[in-house]
Formats: sequence, structure tokens, C-alpha cells
Amino acid sequence: MSTVTLRDIHKTYVDAEVIIGVDLDINDGEFVVFVGPSGCGKSTLLRMIAGLEEITSGDLLIDGERMNDVPPDKRGLAMVFQTYALYPHMTVAENMAFSLRLAGMPKAKRYERAKEVARILQLEPLLDRKPRALSGGQRQRVAIGRALVRNPKVFLFDEPLSNLDAALRVQMRIELASLHDSLQSTMIYVTHDQVEAMTLADKIVVLQGGVIEQVGSPLELYHHPRNLFVAGFIGSPKMNFLPVTVTAVNDFGTTVSLPGEASVTIPVKPGYVSIGDRATLGIRPEHLQIEPNHAELTGEVLVVERLGGETFLYVKIMGGDTLTIQTNGDNTSLVHDRVPIAIHGDLCHLFDQQGEAIPKARRHHLTLNESQEQEAHEQSYQPKLNY
Amino acid sequence: MAAKPKLRRRIWTTALGWLAAGILFFPIFWMVLTSFKTEVEAIAIPPKLFFQPTLENYSTINDRTDYFSFALNSVLISVGSTLLALLFAVPAAYAMAFFPTKRTKGTLLWMLSTKMLPPVGVLVPIYLIFRNLSLLDTRIGLTIIYTLINLPIVVWMIYTFFKDVPKDILEAGRMDGASTRQEVFQVLLPLALPGIASTGLLAIILSWNEAFWSLNLTTTNAAPLTTFIASFSSPQGLFWAQLSAASSLAIAPILIFGWLSQRQLVRGLTFGAVK
Repeated sequence: MSTVTLRDIHKTYVDAEVIIGVDLDINDGEFVVFVGPSGCGKSTLLRMIAGLEEITSGDLLIDGERMNDVPPDKRGLAMVFQTYALYPHMTVAENMAFSLRLAGMPKAKRYERAKEVARILQLEPLLDRKPRALSGGQRQRVAIGRALVRNPKVFLFDEPLSNLDAALRVQMRIELASLHDSLQSTMIYVTHDQVEAMTLADKIVVLQGGVIEQVGSPLELYHHPRNLFVAGFIGSPKMNFLPVTVTAVNDFGTTVSLPGEASVTIPVKPGYVSIGDRATLGIRPEHLQIEPNHAELTGEVLVVERLGGETFLYVKIMGGDTLTIQTNGDNTSLVHDRVPIAIHGDLCHLFDQQGEAIPKARRHHLTLNESQEQEAHEQSYQPKLNY
Repeated sequence: MAAKPKLRRRIWTTALGWLAAGILFFPIFWMVLTSFKTEVEAIAIPPKLFFQPTLENYSTINDRTDYFSFALNSVLISVGSTLLALLFAVPAAYAMAFFPTKRTKGTLLWMLSTKMLPPVGVLVPIYLIFRNLSLLDTRIGLTIIYTLINLPIVVWMIYTFFKDVPKDILEAGRMDGASTRQEVFQVLLPLALPGIASTGLLAIILSWNEAFWSLNLTTTNAAPLTTFIASFSSPQGLFWAQLSAASSLAIAPILIFGWLSQRQLVRGLTFGAVK
């Protein structure tokens, strides 16, 4: 058992409050990712959990024990740094065994332990090398090994992959995922890369300006973002936003008028906006379709990006807004073409004037917990499979 | 064709470099040369480049004074003051580099500014303090003075070397369970060792060459080699050849020491710049 609980955590520097009241429960064995733009406080929060930054106010509990004033090494944590932070004057084996040496473990025993961990990480042939003789990926592995050796209750990762090149990053991401799977220990991971967040996390914590914007599973954030910030932050390319006006509200959904003649009905719960209100319509690039028969909008193609498997069209629509459309790789649209765009209401998100999402009438079937699933089943909910 | 101006420039800069080195080296060369002349040859005009070398001056010095007792004082005082300065500077620089406050920069500048004060300005108070504490003409007294003189530079240099050590590595050490002492001795110092070594070398050289305080605060017991040289400029007139021989003897150890450690010294002094 190793849980981490944050209760109303604040961090204030001389002239600025960087963490403003964070509450969070991290369950045993969970892979939690802190994600957010730079300066959002995600690294500070991790360092406060690690004990490298003081907690100005609030409580940090690890396994139910208050840890605010416990020194870093007594918290049962291990941390992997962005720069790896290996000891340059020690060999790989000494690097990994350093914590054991400080703990007073006899030499033979601690090298045995280092060897054991090296075997897991395929570092055995490198045990006698110094860090400078290692590649970036190998250094990263040693840094992870140094954490593993300590057998910690909780692993902390501070942007561990951002110094690696793209190919290696994907490989290490997969290795980290399988490491978590085999260890089943609690891991807290900080990144600004939402792909890492989506692929690794059991639970994503989206931070902005020192406050938590939303906590949820990757798909929950994708399908049910709580506000404009989360909606824009999760998903790549970014969600399209269009200013709209509410024209009808009923139990089945809210109808909004699009630029031009068309309108679209979004199945959200009633009671949050009323007719005449201004709102923001959000729709992801992958949910927009080029469809001559059912087009709600038309626009002029400004830029075409062909990635091979998929094509991104940047289209200027009436009213001056630009939409990003993700379409298949063999789309033949050219720059300056006029394209018809279909908007399916049930794939849209609607946000009120404050930028808060209006709850959907139904939850996406992959984001339901057990009781909700039961309920959905009773309502004989049929998942939409049209995307 | 394009390589030609480049080549010419290289020839020029090389020649200029040799010229500068020659000008700097010439006095030392002439001094060593003079030390092997007779007193008459030493003041001959035009100067003699070729002559019958003699060891007469060296044997006179050997008869008149005890070179090794001066040399021993120089070694003990310069090495002792350097070790003492490092002992104070490492914790100070550690605090300033890794736990800076609003006043850290100001403190560093203030420390360095004490080097701008002409030493003669504090000669009288220091002399009186030394007299009252019976530190005049003692090795301990001179060691303390040299430590204080070099401390600002030593702190400043070690501070810059510590600044180059990534903070992450120290934090990793803290996460691994290192106490502050272990963090400094097992993580920080091994990493900053080249810098600390060159700082130490510089401090030894500065102490070795220091003359103002040694002349004013010592006479015989604690007198280092700088006092030894001065004792040959007598009121009866200058004996150039003898003085040259004494000077050659005084600078020989530090010259050899500097020669042997120059690679370390240059590496340390340019450490931050080329990182």
C-alpha cells in the first residue's frame, strides 16, 4: 500500500503564490501524470512531494502519514530527474548503489542489489562505466535504476524523457509503461507533453496557474473536458473553438447557430444556458468531416499538411474563424479549394460564457465507472461508433 | 588563395605572442643570467651576454644565510594559509551557491572590494593588533594574514565552480539520503575538485609571492623567501649579482611548482568559460 494525499497544498515564494490550494488523492499502484503548460506549477508540486521544496501550507500524506517535515530520503520516495542527475564521478554500479552505501549496507550486498536491478534494465554490461561513456537512453536507464534500487513506495518522474530524441522517447515511454505494469507501484510523472500524459497515465492531473483544472482518466479528459483550457490542452491538434449563440434549449440538447445559416444541436443537459446566450462550441479536428451532402459549413483551405497517414486542413470559414480538420491521408483537397464541412452535434462540446463545459447528456461509454455503466445499461445506451 | 591572408595573420599573431612572452620572460632570464656573473660583470655597460659563469654568489649566500629555513617558512605559510582559506571558503561558497539570498551577490562584491583597499592603509592597526597578540614574526601570524588576504578570491573562485555543478545532482544526493556533510564531501567536492585544486594552486602562488606583509610583520623567525630577497638589498649599496642569485633561489621552487601544475591551473581558470 502506498497512497499519496494532498490536502489544500499551497506554495508561496517571496513575491508569488505558485501553488494555490491543491487537493488530490493518488491511489496505490496508480500512474498519475501532472500535465500543464510551463510555469503551471507541476514541477513545484512534484518537488514538494519529494521534499525538495518546502510546503508553505497544507498537508502531504504518504500512506496516511503526514510528511511535510520529513526529510526527502525518509519519505520512501525515489525521483528521476529530467537531466538524469547521475553522479559523474561514480560508475553505473556506484551510482545505483549510492543510496544503499549512505544507508550503511555492506559493499557486497549493495552491489548484488545494483546488479539485480541492472539485469531488469539490461544495464549489466555497463556497470563499470562512468556516466559520460553512456548514451542518453542508457543514462536515463541508470537514473531509473538508481530509483529502483531503493525499492521506493512511490516513484517520482520529473520530465524524464524530454532530453531524449523523438525515437528514443517513444521507446522509453513504452519501457516505462511496462515497468509500471511489472512493478505495480505508485508513480507520479510530470510532463508538458500531452501524448506522454495520455499514453502513460491512469489518471491525469491538468494544472494551470497553480490550480488543478481537472483530474481524470485520459479518455475522460478527452471526451468530457471540464472547461476550455482542458479541452484545448488535451488532444493534438488542438480542439477548434467557435463562438456561437444559443437558439434553442430542450431535454434532448441545446441548439446553437453557426456562422452562416446552419445550426447544430449538441446533446448536453438543459438548464445551463438559455436562448440568446453566447457560448463556445468545441469540436476536435478528428471529428470534423468533409461531407458534400450534409455540410453545415463551407470554407476555403488555407494550408494543407500531408503526414502520409493523415492530412490536416486549415480552413477559413465564414466569419473569419479558422478550423483545423483531420482527414484521411488520401484526401485530395488543395490550397484555395472550397470544402464542405459536416459537424455532428453529438461529437461537439459546448462551453458557457465563463468557459465551463456544459455537461453532456450521456457519458462516453469508455469513461463510465461501474455504477454509471449499470445505469447506462438500464437506459439501453448504444455507443456511437461513427468515428 | 583564400588561405594566404589567414596564414599571414597566423604568422603575425604567433610572432606577437612570442614577443609578448619574451618581454615578460626577459627580466627573469636576465636575473638568472646575472646570478652567475661577478659583481663587476653584473653592472658592466654594455651588458655582457657571454661570460665565464661562476657560482661564487650562491656560495656567498649559502655562507651568509640559511636559505632552507626561509624556504621552509614560505612552504609552511603559503600551504597553511591556502588550506585554511579553503576550509573557510568551501562552506561559505556552498551556502552562497546553493542557498542564495537577496544579499548573496552583494556580499560577494563586498568581499572582493576589500582587495581594492591598499594594504598600507591598514598596516598600522594590523601591526598593533599583531604586537598586542604577540603574533609579530610568527608563522601563525603570517598564515592568518595570508588567509585573510586570499579568502575573497578563494571564496569567489570556488563559488563560481560550485555554480557550475548542476543542482539536480545535489538534489539526487539528498533524495538518496545524503546528509549535508555527505552531500558536500561525497557528491559536491569530487565534482568541483579540478576547480578547487586550481584555486588552491593560485592561492599558494599568491601567498608565496606576497612581500608587503612579510616584510612588515616578520624579521627572522617566520621570514619567508620574500624577506630573504629583501635582506640582500643592503644599505652599503646594491650587490646586483648576489641579489639576483637570492631572487633566483627564491622563485625557483614556485616556478617549478607552477610549471608542473600549469595544465591544472589553466584548466581550472578557464573551467567555467568552456563548459
